[in-house]
Amino acid sequence: MTTTELLGKPIELDNDGHLKNLNDWTEELAVQIAKEEGISELTDRHWLVINYMRKEFQEKGDAPSIRKLTKESGVDTKELYALFPKGPAKKAAKIAGLPKPKGCI
Amino acid sequence: MNNGKAEPIQKVSIIVSRGSLEGVYPGLIMANGARMEGIEATLFFTFFGLHAIIDKKMDKIKVATVGNPAMCVPSAMGPGLPTWMGAIPGMSWFATSMMKKEMEKLDIPPVREFIEMIHDAGCEIYGCKATVDMFHLTEKDFCPQVDGIISVGEFYEKSAGAQIIFT
Repeated sequence: MTTTELLGKPIELDNDGHLKNLNDWTEELAVQIAKEEGISELTDRHWLVINYMRKEFQEKGDAPSIRKLTKESGVDTKELYALFPKGPAKKAAKIAGLPKPKGCI
Repeated sequence: MNNGKAEPIQKVSIIVSRGSLEGVYPGLIMANGARMEGIEATLFFTFFGLHAIIDKKMDKIKVATVGNPAMCVPSAMGPGLPTWMGAIPGMSWFATSMMKKEMEKLDIPPVREFIEMIHDAGCEIYGCKATVDMFHLTEKDFCPQVDGIISVGEFYEKSAGAQIIFT
């Protein structure tokens, strides 16, 4: 566990570098995390995925799998990889302020 | 190895050589998992593994109940299925439908959907030329996600810098 400074505030992170406290998350913070992950701008399509992930997490207690994202978020696999290069499920979860997804798919 | 700070894996080349459900899925899950981690991945299907990318076969992949001493009923921790019973007609169908139900719960897609997903994720999919010739198949027999039928030499070329995983 580490503490980092984001937008001038100390923020606690878990061992994977994701937010430790869900409540620390704000939309501004998401933009900042995205920048650090190499995504310079969050478009409506990014937000569609991020908001879907947060909703799923609140309902089910785990971030959705890539298959669920593909089927239900309204963004298909190809676009997911284009929006969140190098690992969409993990990266989108990080930007959404959620822990790393536990599933294998 | 330098004190546990080994280089992360950049690229994997996964060979699928078997055509049973339990022979096909590990390779697919590893290929999809690699892409999810941002690792480059290539899938190479050879021998009966080709069934996973043959259009008319890929929806009919079954669990092997014969010659599988680890086969237990009704679930993994149940008693072993006597080997001769594995040969009863319908047993493979039954075991397959049980396993598919469990897989669906874990969000593991059927083979066709999985292949589409993995291909859309940027993984290249190849069939083995020697097997295609031996089985008298043509490119038309394969699902549209197949990027080509290649020789073992081309497989090694495409695997430059990759970890090769044989399943």
